[in-house]
Amino acid sequence: MNTLATRPAHDPRAMLETPFHPRIAAANGLQSWYNWKGYVSAERLDQIEFEYFAIRNATAVFDISPMTKYRIEGPDSEAFLNRLFTRDVRKIREGRVGYGVWCDDAGQVQDDGTLFHTGPDLWRLCSQERCLDWLHWSALGYDVRITDETASVAALAVQGPTSCSTLRAMGLSGIETLKPFELRSFPFHDGELMVSRTGFTGDLGYEIWTSTALALPLWDALFAAGEHFLIKPIGSAALNIARIEAGFIMAGADFVPAEQGVRHGRSRSPFELGLDWLVDFDKGQFTGRRALLAERASGSRYRFVKLDVEGNKPATNSFIFGAGQRKVVGTVTSAVWCPTAKSNVAMASLDMPYGRPGEELWAEIYYMRELKWTRVMARAKVMETPVFDPPRRRQTPAPRF
Amino acid sequence: MGSTNQYDAIVIGAGHNGLTTAAYLAKSGLRTVVLERNPYIGGATVSRELHSGWTYSNCSYVCSLLRPEITRDLELPRHGLQVIPYGGGVTFTRDGDYFGNYSDHEQQYREMCRHSKRDANAYERFSTDVMKQTRLIRPFLMRTPPDPTSLHPSQLRELARFGKAFAELGEEGFADALRFWTASIGDFLDGYFETDVLKTHMAGSAIIGTALGVYSPGTAYVLLHHYMGDVDGSIGAWGFARGGMGAVSGALQSALFSFGGEVRVDAGVSRVIVKNGQTQGVALENGDEVHAPLVVSSLDPRRTFTKIMAAEDLPPKLVQAARNFKIRGSSGKLNIALDGLPHFTGLDQRSPLMKGDMHCIDSLERMERAYDDWKAKRWSRDPYIDMLIPTQVDPTMAPPGKHMMTVFVQYCPPELSTGEWTDADRDAFGKTVVDQISRHSPDFKNLILHMEVRTPREIENEVGLTEGNIFMGELTFDQLLFNRPFPGYAQYRGPVKGMYLCGSGSHPGGGVMAAPGANCAREILSDLRRPALVPGSYSDD
Repeated sequence: MNTLATRPAHDPRAMLETPFHPRIAAANGLQSWYNWKGYVSAERLDQIEFEYFAIRNATAVFDISPMTKYRIEGPDSEAFLNRLFTRDVRKIREGRVGYGVWCDDAGQVQDDGTLFHTGPDLWRLCSQERCLDWLHWSALGYDVRITDETASVAALAVQGPTSCSTLRAMGLSGIETLKPFELRSFPFHDGELMVSRTGFTGDLGYEIWTSTALALPLWDALFAAGEHFLIKPIGSAALNIARIEAGFIMAGADFVPAEQGVRHGRSRSPFELGLDWLVDFDKGQFTGRRALLAERASGSRYRFVKLDVEGNKPATNSFIFGAGQRKVVGTVTSAVWCPTAKSNVAMASLDMPYGRPGEELWAEIYYMRELKWTRVMARAKVMETPVFDPPRRRQTPAPRF
Repeated sequence: MGSTNQYDAIVIGAGHNGLTTAAYLAKSGLRTVVLERNPYIGGATVSRELHSGWTYSNCSYVCSLLRPEITRDLELPRHGLQVIPYGGGVTFTRDGDYFGNYSDHEQQYREMCRHSKRDANAYERFSTDVMKQTRLIRPFLMRTPPDPTSLHPSQLRELARFGKAFAELGEEGFADALRFWTASIGDFLDGYFETDVLKTHMAGSAIIGTALGVYSPGTAYVLLHHYMGDVDGSIGAWGFARGGMGAVSGALQSALFSFGGEVRVDAGVSRVIVKNGQTQGVALENGDEVHAPLVVSSLDPRRTFTKIMAAEDLPPKLVQAARNFKIRGSSGKLNIALDGLPHFTGLDQRSPLMKGDMHCIDSLERMERAYDDWKAKRWSRDPYIDMLIPTQVDPTMAPPGKHMMTVFVQYCPPELSTGEWTDADRDAFGKTVVDQISRHSPDFKNLILHMEVRTPREIENEVGLTEGNIFMGELTFDQLLFNRPFPGYAQYRGPVKGMYLCGSGSHPGGGVMAAPGANCAREILSDLRRPALVPGSYSDD
């Protein structure tokens, strides 16, 4: 039986605050909050346009502390992760970060996330959904230790063209030589900052990871350094525009995590999410491999596409029709007007065989102006690349703006 | 034969199912009367004031399964029914701590993390799996089970519907369904969780009303039964009927009256009159007769076929089936008038956890031991209790600042090893429960102003449920669907022309659903070739 001493004290609060909360609350003029995995998080602090353009024009700071984070360590950690992920994680060398997905036995995506190879036999897995139980199941037979470190790691996403300049001004010397998906540690006060060139915006940007004790000093140093680079805290709403513009999918929005699906058949395989490049059949056994091999042989049920939608009305929740406008061939999962690319983008899950590159489909869009609803059928063309993909995202050394 | 005693239809018993059937028959234009043995209506869906100023929900005490299709169709809100959702719940542990079950997802996650992070994560999988299975069953609650032996197109269509629902579950869901219907809740929960107190909290709803232990096969389904209701579309949620569960029967009676139906109280039926294989009416305990070509029994199948119908009017096999029907008494009930809100160890009085179901047993082993006592014909010395204080949510059931507590207790055998229950036994049983609560609430005893203690003896004698079985027959797979109550009688038709069953002994079972009553009315109206007016299911999608 558990004893009182082994259990933490009861915390009756309805919502938790992240280590950055005092600063974000002070900056949050709109007091527009939402619940991110039990943490009070900013949905927007200022006008959404201003926040969005901080991402694309200057430096935007988004608190990612509520993101689920697992510490995975032990002699078998690489082998374990290679069995979990569909991609070959052995290629993620120490000091590197990799994006990937993991599946259930039926080859259906449980979640996507980023894997940080932070040290010898030491990794951090960041995911949208919680999956501790699944990790433990998958770890049977492997000599690994898995710890949920969500609450003990403070993290900020620092994104935008002036983000590198901001970090340099903060004293992170040499940060400009950090390559995309690379990570490096810098001393900070009596501890350190782990900085990775990663993010959810498709732009030049970094994520900074540290202990909760250093959270406020980090925030203060960052905003002092970034003042002349027009640094600005942002909420999730602006970030969502940027991620759709960059063509990034999100669990819960663009696919149903396999373990959460109540209705059979609603989940998706990596192929059905356009993530073929993340599946490596040559690396050996991984969870879902057999089902995915079968799918590759017999064909997928769905295709995930990015659509360039005619006009300027976002195709939110739209049905997608085939060329003849008669048959519904899929639905939009995310859609937004892209303020930088000046295009109207939608991501959609379509029935096979619809959605071949370049195919012209139709989006049924409903919009309201002063209580009057209008329905339009807009041409929607399947795109092969995201509308926003600037060179600065990849350039090393990172350009100064 | 006085014309005042001549009706088109007689319904025996004014519980929620009897009233539901009667309401639909009356709505269809049949001259309908409900005959109730007690001086008050409600059956086990009843509110009574036994201590001045306090209203008890004397039997059933919370509401979730009542089919929303019926509530809406019979306009029960207009007839006074309001169901208020409640949240939360707590299981007190012997070490002075507790496991709290918050209705807020993240609070619940954190509270589970306090006991086990893995369990907190596994709970999401558990909830998904349970939801999958409720979605399998829910569409069939408002439908008559098919006859699996019939080749009639309508029956084959119903069977095909079952098959399709199964196919839609997928491979894993299909396997889960079989496990859910046959496994023990202990084994089932062991497949998800590692923390005993968490499993114990979940397991309660799998043994409530059932003479089985947490490690008895079949109990997993009983849990499912408690998850397949909803409050305003929130599946698995539970609520209080404002004014107590009697508000449900009160609203149904009012609906019945609005259709011109009648209710007679103090009108216990002693016998169903059968002539030439056709019902003629009933004889009352006072010697009067009431006549109708249609007699619908809302009593449990055992009572219907062994107490108020004569064996010579029935097929011998049916009488045997009724005798062998599993309707075992397993529970007792305490209703308590309190002078104030009790304090519970470790819990703030304003905690939302106190507004839900509270329990004082913290391990599956203790629950299994409690069942051992039942097998030995003793009440559990360390019982499982499901305790609520609805007056924290419902302001109508006690004077301001005062409270009412309802305590469902398991296990409580229908007969003791020492023989029949005596008043002294009943009081000792009550004391056992009060003592257990007092271990977690030091001021509880001093707040008791009045207490109603009911063992299976009181529940059978006062309510009429055989052995006090709250579901009118156990909800195990051998007694479900086309086997409920017995093979060949699952479509609400009795063995005699004009005789029907509308109680919880029929599909889909007990729990204040009113679905058996509505389904029975649908079959009757179909037999009479009257227009269909009983609603079907809302689509779950």
